[in-house]
Amino acid sequence: MNTNSMNPKVDRRDGKLTMAHFYVAFIALAIGGLAGLLQTLVRSGKFQLPTWTGYYQILTLHGVVLGLVLTTFFIMGFQLALVSKTSGTFTRKQRLTGWIGFWTMTIGTIMTAIMILTNQASVLYTFYAPLQAHALFYLGLTLVIIGSWIDGAAIIMAYTSWRKANPGKPSPLLTFMSLVNTLMWIVATIGVAATVLFQLLPWSLGLVDRVDVLVSRTLFWYFGHPLVYFWLLPAYMAWYAIVPKIIGGKIFSDSLARMSFILFLLFSIPVGFHHQLMEPGIDPAWKFLQVILTFLVVIPSLMTAFSLFATFEMYGRSKGSTGLFGWVKKLPWGDARFAVPFIGMLAFIPAGAGGIINASNQLNQVVHNTIWVTGHFHLTLATSVVLTFFGISYWLVPHLTGRVLTKAMNKLAIIQGVVWAIGMTFMSGAMHAAGLLGAPRRSSFSTYGGSEQAAEWIPYQIAQAVGGTILFLGIILMLYIFVNLAFFAPKGEEEFPVGEVADQAEKTPMVFENWKLWLGITVLLILFAYTIPFIDMIQNAPIGSKGYKFF
Amino acid sequence: MHIHKFEKIWLIFGVTTLIIFLTVIGVSAFYLGNQPPSCLATVNPENVDTTAPFNEPGLKKVEGKEWDYELVFVASAFSYNPGKVEVPLGAKVKVIATTKDVIHGFEVAGTNINMMLEPGFISEYVTTFDKAGEFLIVCNEYCGVGHHTMTSKIEVIE
Amino acid sequence: MAQPEIGKKTHTKVEDQPSLKGTLASVFLLGFFLIVTWLGVFFLFVDRF
Repeated sequence: MNTNSMNPKVDRRDGKLTMAHFYVAFIALAIGGLAGLLQTLVRSGKFQLPTWTGYYQILTLHGVVLGLVLTTFFIMGFQLALVSKTSGTFTRKQRLTGWIGFWTMTIGTIMTAIMILTNQASVLYTFYAPLQAHALFYLGLTLVIIGSWIDGAAIIMAYTSWRKANPGKPSPLLTFMSLVNTLMWIVATIGVAATVLFQLLPWSLGLVDRVDVLVSRTLFWYFGHPLVYFWLLPAYMAWYAIVPKIIGGKIFSDSLARMSFILFLLFSIPVGFHHQLMEPGIDPAWKFLQVILTFLVVIPSLMTAFSLFATFEMYGRSKGSTGLFGWVKKLPWGDARFAVPFIGMLAFIPAGAGGIINASNQLNQVVHNTIWVTGHFHLTLATSVVLTFFGISYWLVPHLTGRVLTKAMNKLAIIQGVVWAIGMTFMSGAMHAAGLLGAPRRSSFSTYGGSEQAAEWIPYQIAQAVGGTILFLGIILMLYIFVNLAFFAPKGEEEFPVGEVADQAEKTPMVFENWKLWLGITVLLILFAYTIPFIDMIQNAPIGSKGYKFF
Repeated sequence: MHIHKFEKIWLIFGVTTLIIFLTVIGVSAFYLGNQPPSCLATVNPENVDTTAPFNEPGLKKVEGKEWDYELVFVASAFSYNPGKVEVPLGAKVKVIATTKDVIHGFEVAGTNINMMLEPGFISEYVTTFDKAGEFLIVCNEYCGVGHHTMTSKIEVIE
Repeated sequence: MAQPEIGKKTHTKVEDQPSLKGTLASVFLLGFFLIVTWLGVFFLFVDRF
């Protein structure tokens, strides 16, 4: 890693920008977590919501606030800090760009939230037409995305000025990774921006009567799958390049880390059909082609698994461990900055296994839209990613606020991670099991007219409520730690850990910085996977749909 | 770029596994006919009730086709028509469904019949009902405030 | 913190690459888990109509 441009400390002014993003993210965690708790309680059948609200309104809130707001704000804030740390303090212009991005996203979030809270947008966070929300809901989401692009522009500007100042050198690894994720995000969000701006907004404003449902869904899922990689890659950044420093080891390989990120850029976008496998109107051959592309995106995760184990084993052996698994004992289990993300890594094993099943073409018939899927992304997003984000917060928040993570808080943080793991085992485990029996996702409590099959699902739903309650305790703990680190922890210097590459590892090839090449291949793959099916969809489109407000 | 020998072994193993998975589902889909539901036919969602076969929902015996019966469902917020249907055990059935309004799901719990119903499109799936018993149909795509009350059932009788 | 001896090992030639037996065992356990769960759902698919 190039250390010449690295800041010992993130500049105070850049730190404020990141912390602004984090405040919104953790407020979202509080609201969305409460909504999640209520959902699991309702679905247990033992609890009813007051009449002024409804299950689907709360479900919309939960999905938007956690899936879109918490993630986007945390990721953008984190990436801005990574770039400021590894490529040097932002210029005034770059920082101003970041603030404009932040406020644009925040205004969008508030607009969206008001529409949800007034029950004018109970369309869930996927907002499938022809259910029609209030136009301000779509406009708010558009602003969140445009704001994230402006944040992204700050990252791209900082990267460009680093490259200009350091000709012929590979960019710092964490800046490189942030840039890849930002570029992927921009390419992916073009899809959702297109359906919102050209289809849903004019339609919800009454400018046009009808909307092409399949085109809208396809544009949504063109965005929807890279969205999950946009969540995952910041966790991978921490796993590849930060956790090694925390444990006192080295990055296994800088080049392999960059290669896996490039593979994510190439293959995470042209795969949206694997969310549409059960849909009419798409040719099965094209579905299968995207299934194959989806399997390609498994490969960088296989590489990641190896790199992480290798980092841990090399560290353990350097500490004198022997035998096949002796290194496990040498890892710093008492350090929350390591232990909490490690739980996230472990969760990614069943999460990844479930993901491969979901994407396996007709196997999707077994699980599609059952609560198995909910269980799946509560392992990926709500455990692997979120626990890693929590683990990042434990050092990044005090680093930015000039405080320290005390021993007591460290201990509480580990308890938080364990509580989360237990809660999620109950909740996600029960969701996976009930899903295999056929229990649908996104559904309020129902006995389905006294059906025997539905009765079998109820014990699992009670287990989900138990898990949900434990998880909510975890959220309270996390919020307590966050508030402590942001406002009350003792003043001091908390380290910003940036991993170093194993010494004398070969030079990082410059080809990784060739964005014309990588973006060119990305666009070609997208065109290959989508052009013909898209033409088919438009040529064979049925009459469009009018809007319905069934909420 | 230098890659550790064990990492090469792991990647070869992993990629081979993925290729085997793809081959299994590919052969099953394209040669054995286990495609996911991917019907390409369309219908005007506003005229569903007057368009064949949706003008007569329910089970119908057919002749001279690869399947013995056609089972037609019409979905709308928040019900299916028919609300209950009996199917003889062992019958090879083409399930044909569509929606009159928003997107609905059509999932026969405990079976592989699991399709999205989207306005303007017809969804089809051919299968042999080879297990007796009562099977619950649920809507598994959010369709509005009554989503969880949307249900029907299939009784497979001997 | 930093462990310079690790790096030296990776740098020297192929015969003494760092010992990653545990890593290999771990990823293979992971691989078998992927296969077992996938087969589980595959057989569920085959068994159901």
